[in-house]
Amino acid sequence: MVGLARKTMSDLASLEQRALAELAVCADEPALRAWNTKYFGDKGEVVAALKAIGAIPKEERKTYGQEANRVKEALTKAFEGTLAGAKERALNASLTANPLDVTLPGRPVQRGRLHIATQIMRQIYSIFADMGFQVYRTREVESDEMNFELLNMPPHHPARDMWDTFHTTTPGVILRTHTSPGQIHVMREFHPNPIRVILPGMCYRYEAITTRSEIQFQQVEGLVIGQHVTMADLKGTITAFARRLFGQERQVRFRSSYFPFTEPSIEVDIDWPRDDPNADRLTKGTGWLEIMGAGMVHPVVLRNGGYDPAEYSGFAFGMGPQRITMLKHAIDDIRQFWGNDLRFLRQF
Amino acid sequence: MKIPLSWLSDYIDITIPPAQLIDRLTLAGMEVASTRVLGLPIPEGVRVKSEERGPVWDRDKVFIAEVLSTEKHPNADKLKLPTVTWGAGKVKQLVTGAPNIHVGDKGQKVVLALSGSVLIDGHSADRKMSELKPTTIRGLPSDAMVCSLLELGISEEHEGIILLESDAPVGTPLADFMGDIVIEIDVLPNTARCLAMIGVAREVAAITGQKLRLPSPAPNAGEGAGESIAGQVNVEIDDPKLSARYIAALIKNIQLGPAPGWMQRRLLYAGMRPINNIVDITNFVMLEWGQPLHAFDFDVLVERAGGKTPTIIVRPARAGETLLTLDKQERKLAPEHLVIADTKGPIALAGVMGGLETEVTDKTKNILLESASFDFVSIRRTFRHFDLPSEASARFSRGIHPETAKPAAERAADLMRQYASGNVCQGLVDCYPAPRAPQVVDFKLDAMDRLLGFKIDAEEAIRILRALEYEVNPSADASRSLTVTVPTHRLDVQEGVADLVEDIVRIYGYDRVPTTLLSEPLPKQQANEPIVFEEKLRDILVDCGLQEVVCYGLTMPEKEARLTTNAASTIPGPPEYVRLQNPISSERVVMRQSVLASVLEIAESNIRNTEDVRIFEIGFVYLGGGEEKLPKELRRLAIVMMGDRMPEFWGDGGSKAAGPLDFFEIKGVIEALASDLHLSNIKFHPAEAGFLHPAKAAGLVVGGLVMGVFGVLHPKVAQAYNLGEGTILVAEFDVDALQAATPARFSYTPVPRFPAALRDIAVVVDESIPAERIEAEIRAAGADLLRNVHLFDLYRGNQIPAGTKSLAYALSYQADDRTLADKEIDKAHKKIEDRLKNVLKATIRGKE
Repeated sequence: MVGLARKTMSDLASLEQRALAELAVCADEPALRAWNTKYFGDKGEVVAALKAIGAIPKEERKTYGQEANRVKEALTKAFEGTLAGAKERALNASLTANPLDVTLPGRPVQRGRLHIATQIMRQIYSIFADMGFQVYRTREVESDEMNFELLNMPPHHPARDMWDTFHTTTPGVILRTHTSPGQIHVMREFHPNPIRVILPGMCYRYEAITTRSEIQFQQVEGLVIGQHVTMADLKGTITAFARRLFGQERQVRFRSSYFPFTEPSIEVDIDWPRDDPNADRLTKGTGWLEIMGAGMVHPVVLRNGGYDPAEYSGFAFGMGPQRITMLKHAIDDIRQFWGNDLRFLRQF
Repeated sequence: MKIPLSWLSDYIDITIPPAQLIDRLTLAGMEVASTRVLGLPIPEGVRVKSEERGPVWDRDKVFIAEVLSTEKHPNADKLKLPTVTWGAGKVKQLVTGAPNIHVGDKGQKVVLALSGSVLIDGHSADRKMSELKPTTIRGLPSDAMVCSLLELGISEEHEGIILLESDAPVGTPLADFMGDIVIEIDVLPNTARCLAMIGVAREVAAITGQKLRLPSPAPNAGEGAGESIAGQVNVEIDDPKLSARYIAALIKNIQLGPAPGWMQRRLLYAGMRPINNIVDITNFVMLEWGQPLHAFDFDVLVERAGGKTPTIIVRPARAGETLLTLDKQERKLAPEHLVIADTKGPIALAGVMGGLETEVTDKTKNILLESASFDFVSIRRTFRHFDLPSEASARFSRGIHPETAKPAAERAADLMRQYASGNVCQGLVDCYPAPRAPQVVDFKLDAMDRLLGFKIDAEEAIRILRALEYEVNPSADASRSLTVTVPTHRLDVQEGVADLVEDIVRIYGYDRVPTTLLSEPLPKQQANEPIVFEEKLRDILVDCGLQEVVCYGLTMPEKEARLTTNAASTIPGPPEYVRLQNPISSERVVMRQSVLASVLEIAESNIRNTEDVRIFEIGFVYLGGGEEKLPKELRRLAIVMMGDRMPEFWGDGGSKAAGPLDFFEIKGVIEALASDLHLSNIKFHPAEAGFLHPAKAAGLVVGGLVMGVFGVLHPKVAQAYNLGEGTILVAEFDVDALQAATPARFSYTPVPRFPAALRDIAVVVDESIPAERIEAEIRAAGADLLRNVHLFDLYRGNQIPAGTKSLAYALSYQADDRTLADKEIDKAHKKIEDRLKNVLKATIRGKE
């Protein structure tokens, strides 16, 4: 029995040597898997050697068993080490093999976009919302009374020349030439409460359609009414807006002007960023660019809206989002906006 | 209004550099739109548009010269050889082709340019500047030239050379004699007073603090005066509302001829053509005072009165009257036209144009000069009706204060005395039935401070007002309260206080207005629900890969009619169009009634450049013809989709893998919309709409109300829009209805804590059973445990009986409180199979 055991012990030793030798020549993962099956599979040699423990004579069983388990663990550890090494080599090889041509174009994404007019409108809404302005919208087909008369322009008033008007076949009904009739609507709804609104919307003018003029354009009007609303507040509000939209450094300049529904009336210029390569052309060399008209609400208009000018004051301003967009993006043809060429719209 | 600064300097000392003057005027409300510099170097800081740049008249090379003699060119008939001098010992013969220099001429004062001067090349098409070089013309050397207005950059006139007045100082550099800076001011409706040199001078006075100098005419100075106007002419005003004042002056024995050189030059620089001394004087005074004048041939008036005293009558025209105007047009008059008439009939269109018969001609000896005030509304109507805009009607139609009529009449009469040798009759016939009362404003400086938000010193405010010729009386009690009388040249002061504040602050300087934030309490805040909803819709559609468009509101009915497949199918009694009375183009005559028609037009215009069009618009339609005078403005959403489902990609093997869009693509968008809006109780029905393919059209119904329709565009409509043969998907929705159907809030569904089990089921049913029905039965049978029903395949073909279809669903089972056991799932699944078999006569594939 001793002889048997000794032989068996020497079998274990040769098994270990042979397995290690074969492991050493396994070149890749499949070879390692095959090795693993050969030694550790259901019918594997190591498994068989372990199964043989029971058949070993009792007095030698402990020695044999300990040796068999040592061999098993040694081989398992050697296998795992070799396998990890092989995986690492395989990974390293795959990382450098077949590099992609990264210059090939990516898969086009099916994109949706807002019209640039909506984008700028949202920007304007959001800036004014931060200053407590709400949005109030009124109709586009308007009465002459709202569009002109109640805004201090009786029939044949010379100021009516400032707005070339589309008249409808219904007498006294026109397409609004500006968002200002909204001033009357909102005042009549809210008087005598304070007002702080912007009035956005489409306006229409009887003009030839050219690169510089359109029959249809958006406007955003602002109106603030209260008991302590001042021109200095107007300057502060517009300065805050201009800096949010055009940049922190912007300076605002007021220029005396005329609108029938404000007195005093002004036009607002901002200093255009010098680093814009279009600055000189846009500002005609002056460095200043007009962005809106404004003023203190005319007493006649306040009264027409239901506010007593002795007690209330207000300011109003009006700007053209299309003009602002054209300035920001150096667009030289206003017809692009409602032309809706997708090659134009997809740029924004 | 073009203002030569040399002219302006007659009335005010200009103490600041031109660039600063231009800036200050602009900021004070007289925007300087452009500046021309004539002959002088451009002053520092002054911007001149490149197309308005002219030559600098070199002080060493361009002079006033005198023609000493003129000889014939030996080799050319049209050329002449004037010999000119421009100072002691400076004599030169040169060659000219100018038609207004003749052989034998001498004594003329001309403009001489020596070689080396840079002027406009009179023969170049684009006003190119070039340097004058010595040359030989037809065999004779010429190293100088006599210049035309064009060559000097003054005007386009190139017919002859400039002939200066006889007392022009020979040898003086031309730049010193007539170099100038001309600024052009955009005159706003409330600054009509600045359509006059004196008006602008007043503003400059206020800005710079200098004193205004007004002309002081002496029409009856010198010899020959004495005869009184009394009894020689009568004036009647029919309605003082239409003509507040009419002044007539008589100037006798005038001699028609050219106006003096300085006056012609001023008119030229101000943009008017010199004609003769009488016309030029009326124009000169109009530009000086802003008061248009008219000169009648007095003898013609006497003749028309049958030799008796003529009577000038300002009245509305009578129906049927006509007038032959200066431009030789026969004008049919109507009562809304104001005319100047005599007892025989109309002799002029008041404020707009004179009559031909009474016009001043070279035979005229005696002149009746009109300086009048007319209602601006009447003048506007008249000049627009006859389409006769002019310098005069531009001024009258903006309003001129009646007080201006008198100084203008006296000034013109005086100039006619001086420059047309006229004898001015003493006195004026001044018909001024209801003189305008001076306008007095009770002005409290505190009210100004309240409006401005800061204080302007009383002293400074008063100085500004006085500089603008307001009469200011501070109250004795020092309460910062002023009594202010508005000057007689102002018609724009309406409410008083606000106008005065504007005058003060614009001169004081807006740059001195502080910047503050609103201290007013914040008004009650509320969202604008319609806009919030539209923006939400836009976001959803953009997320679905659609591009927003914004279209014209104006269109033509014929364009929208393309949406209907045949005329008979239009909805009975369509709303009336809002129609323009004055359309600008035949394609934009009505306000649209269909947003879809607009969006299809955009698809049509883009299809040439791209195959992939997925666009939408949320906008208004305008429905007229209701009870109200104003139309209904309703919100619509329209979608158009066409092209391939996926953009082409090289990695897909070069083919358009996914194929063209079909009905279910747009249904997916509508489902996404319904889902993101959390619409409940929704149903999709086959729908009918004139513009949709009858077999591929659906409507979205929410709570029994139709929200809109969508589907495949009718092939005939697609053809009408030139959209090609492919499938066009469209949708049109009522945004107001969608908003009404959208719940104000929704509660979230808790995310399941226990795993879901998936089981597939393939159901073969009769072709006529809609998918909606099958899903409803599955859900009814699956009850609580069934959470999701996902159709992943639809099969028709030879593996199943004809007339049937197979729908394969992935069903997910789940409970909120436990992981489901297989047994429970089997039971639920079996229940569904049984129900489908029983209720829909379905076969469950793999279970037969």
